[in-house]
Amino acid sequence: MSLVARYLENSGIPTVVVGSALDIIEHVGVPRYLHTDFPLGNPLGTPYDREMQRQHVDMALDLLDKASQANTVSRSPFSWQGDAGWRDDYSRVTDANRAALAAAGEARRAKQRAMKKTNPKQQIPMP
Amino acid sequence: MTTPYDVPYMERTRLYYEAQGYTTPYHWAHHDDTPFSQLTKSLPQSRVGLVTTAMPDTEQGRAERKLYSTPSRPVPDSMFTLGLSWHDTVTHTRDVGSFLPIEALLTIESEGGIGSLASHYQSVPTAYSQRQTIEEDAPAIVDLMNKDEVDVAILVPL
Repeated sequence: MSLVARYLENSGIPTVVVGSALDIIEHVGVPRYLHTDFPLGNPLGTPYDREMQRQHVDMALDLLDKASQANTVSRSPFSWQGDAGWRDDYSRVTDANRAALAAAGEARRAKQRAMKKTNPKQQIPMP
Repeated sequence: MTTPYDVPYMERTRLYYEAQGYTTPYHWAHHDDTPFSQLTKSLPQSRVGLVTTAMPDTEQGRAERKLYSTPSRPVPDSMFTLGLSWHDTVTHTRDVGSFLPIEALLTIESEGGIGSLASHYQSVPTAYSQRQTIEEDAPAIVDLMNKDEVDVAILVPL
């Protein structure tokens, strides 16, 4: 998505990215970024919390309006109110899931080989 | 209570794929320079485009991950997010408003905070291939936005 932001910007369309993967977005580099410290999947905030979601959209528009240089990053003051351990949980590799991950990888590669035979242009999803 | 920290998604992803037996780590694009365009109109005069990584929740959207351009109205009550990288052990994507701000932007439009929401929003696949994104999807989005007379864009990856 960061690459799309860069392309749009180069084409004269100012952009703002709203997301929750700070390291990835800063690594690629985007013109304006609103960081919301939430689990991936809800970058605009808690599900069904319309007030918080609205405030994030307002913050994004404000950033779009006021940023004066590239790589401007703003952080939302809101935080995830669910399980406090969510940061440690994401895609963790532990002794408990290591064997299952290895098996899942092998199954995925087999599926990809089969998909390639039927549709060579099929996209392989990545984060 | 654990101390909040920024989740190292690149490292987690690398280790996660390594554990699945992928030997070549994914390399995210990296640039020293970042482009920047100034707004040419005020927000109350601007038409706002929207890009998501979620696919339309249609038979085709569920079957094939590719670029889609979908009417912004009616507001979709579901999007297809299966297979994308999001934190499914702690949250869900059943509330479209938590990742696709169509409803919020229509409200802001009605209040005069933006000129208008674009007639269509775009779904872009998070492609493994950066070439696919840069040479095909991104130029197609620019064409679609130019036809829709979009002035500024909000991009919301899951």
